Amino acid sequence: MSESHDPQDAQAGHGDVDRHVRAAYFVFGSLLVLTGFTVAVYFLHLPTRAAIALALLIATVKGSLVAAWFMHLVSEKKLIYWMLGLTAVLFLPLLLLPTLTVLDRVMLH
Amino acid sequence: MSMEIPYTVEVRPDTGLNNGKIGIWLFLASEVMLFGALFASYVMLRVGAPEWPRGSTYLNIPLATLNTVILISSSVTMVLAWASLVKRDFPRFRLFMGITILCGLGFLLVKYFEYTAKFHHGYFPATNTFLAIYFTLTGLHGLHVIGGMAVNGYLWGPGSALWKTDPTHFTNRVENAGLFWHLVDLVWIFLFPILYLL
Repeated sequence: MSESHDPQDAQAGHGDVDRHVRAAYFVFGSLLVLTGFTVAVYFLHLPTRAAIALALLIATVKGSLVAAWFMHLVSEKKLIYWMLGLTAVLFLPLLLLPTLTVLDRVMLH
Repeated sequence: MSMEIPYTVEVRPDTGLNNGKIGIWLFLASEVMLFGALFASYVMLRVGAPEWPRGSTYLNIPLATLNTVILISSSVTMVLAWASLVKRDFPRFRLFMGITILCGLGFLLVKYFEYTAKFHHGYFPATNTFLAIYFTLTGLHGLHVIGGMAVNGYLWGPGSALWKTDPTHFTNRVENAGLFWHLVDLVWIFLFPILYLL
């Protein structure tokens, strides 16, 4: 048995776990409400650009909640943040560079 | 003679993490790049197309909303499964992991009905660019759901034998499987509006 080896991952105190569980329920409720908003935006029949901006904003908030609480990024080690930061640095050009090549069309939309 | 993999339970002094945690995050980073490339492709195809249909022209919004709720629920049960292990409550882990797997199955079942309805109406990936990117993105995502279910199923069934010999190692494995499952949920959170609603 190695029950005392990893306080960070598996042996978080029960208080810590209870906090995670309470947060999970809160995030669950928030995600359901935000999903409702996402669908509502569709039925508002907003102009395309406004609809895209709003839908992506809501999706980003939902994604951040999942990453922060379900994936424990609110209390993760520094190395994980560095890894994700590097991923973001590589990801943004991947997403933006191709888009820049058609920026004139994006502006027309 | 068996060779023991180091730092599966203990924290590595230099990284402050066990190797499994670093490994899963590196894998998730590669997944972000994979889906990022496909999202960029979606943007390129959409702005390059003379016209782009609203998702509801082809797709079923109520079914996709149901699937969103199913995946969100499965993420919560995955957290509860992990939390049960930290509290040393194995039966509750079994319950919540079982619900998570059933949610995954429910998601795939809904997707099956969606796909068969499309095929029934003669909508295939070759029909147009919108359907091509729809089937590519949701198909790849579906494969991830199947992969996550396979891992979760293993941890629920035969893999859970590790709980008896090394509960902390098993808890770490469940946490890592959970991280992957949450990424699958996260990807769907973006797929839902861009494909179905915009």
